[in-house]
Amino acid sequence: MSTAKVNAYVAAMYEVAVANDAVSAVEDEMYRLARAFESNDQLRTALGDSSLPTDRRQRIVEQLLGGKAHNVTVQLASMLVGTGHVALLPKVADALVKRASSEKQLEVAEVRSAVALSDAQQSRLAEALAKATGKKVNLKVVVDPSVIGGVVATIGNDVIDDTVRTRLEQVKSRL
Amino acid sequence: MNLSIILAKEYDDPTQSISWLLPKIGELIYGGLASLIIFAVLFKFGWPAAKKALEARTEKIQKELDDSASAQRGAETEAEGVRRALSDVASERAKLLAEADAQAAALIAEGRARIAADVADMESRAVAEIEASRARVGDELRAEITRYAAMATQDAVRASLDDRTQQDLVDGFIAKVGASR
Repeated sequence: MSTAKVNAYVAAMYEVAVANDAVSAVEDEMYRLARAFESNDQLRTALGDSSLPTDRRQRIVEQLLGGKAHNVTVQLASMLVGTGHVALLPKVADALVKRASSEKQLEVAEVRSAVALSDAQQSRLAEALAKATGKKVNLKVVVDPSVIGGVVATIGNDVIDDTVRTRLEQVKSRL
Repeated sequence: MNLSIILAKEYDDPTQSISWLLPKIGELIYGGLASLIIFAVLFKFGWPAAKKALEARTEKIQKELDDSASAQRGAETEAEGVRRALSDVASERAKLLAEADAQAAALIAEGRARIAADVADMESRAVAEIEASRARVGDELRAEITRYAAMATQDAVRASLDDRTQQDLVDGFIAKVGASR
């Protein structure tokens, strides 16, 4: 049931983004919003609280993204909140990114790092991953303090992990 | 006066007694004959009856003697049986006592063996439990030490990860991935 809903939302959002010629911006901003939604308990609680009026929850989304995101992204996120399906946001965003990447013959590469990557680093990393996998990649960088240091990249089923967290886990395991 | 004188006198007068003590000769003869006849009659008719009565009495006495002997033998047999029974009771009692003693001894031996086995089992279990507890405590201690060591390591690593190091790690990752093909 939720898969069907996710697919329906993705299809609709993709069409809207294409119509507004904002596919790259929308899928990237939805992806970032989804990661923020996953990692921020307050945001997740506020947007999922059905006791709050819908327009107030939509205003939270607008205030969060207003001025920093494409109008289409704001409207689509508000729609998801308004229909009461904000819990599907991470799955919808991931599927939207996959759909958009697939249309461009790209492979989604999720990169998690303890610190933000500069544009130059992202560019070099995308090239390095493309060289390593033989595929062009759509790089999605997530700042994740839990990795402590270093980077972990996930491309399809392949995981390239060089994080301090994993090294510490290995040390702990050896201990 | 001797007998010849007496007889001489008798023959002199057969109606006279020759002595005041003896009867007359005729009386003597008839009396003697009568006595003989009486004795003969008695012998002829009285003796068989007397003899029969005596024999019957003898037979009765003999029968009583035989019965007494038989009763005595029966009593002796019974007494022997009683003695044998008493002997059997005594031997049975001795046998039962011996069996009871043997069973008691066996029970005591079995009980001792079981107690010894139980004690050995408890000892081995106690030893195993002590060993397991020792190992468990050792494992818990090692796990605790590992946890603290990991926490300390993580804290030390986090403290050493300044912005420059973070950027170096990212650049190192990019270089490693780029060089991996």
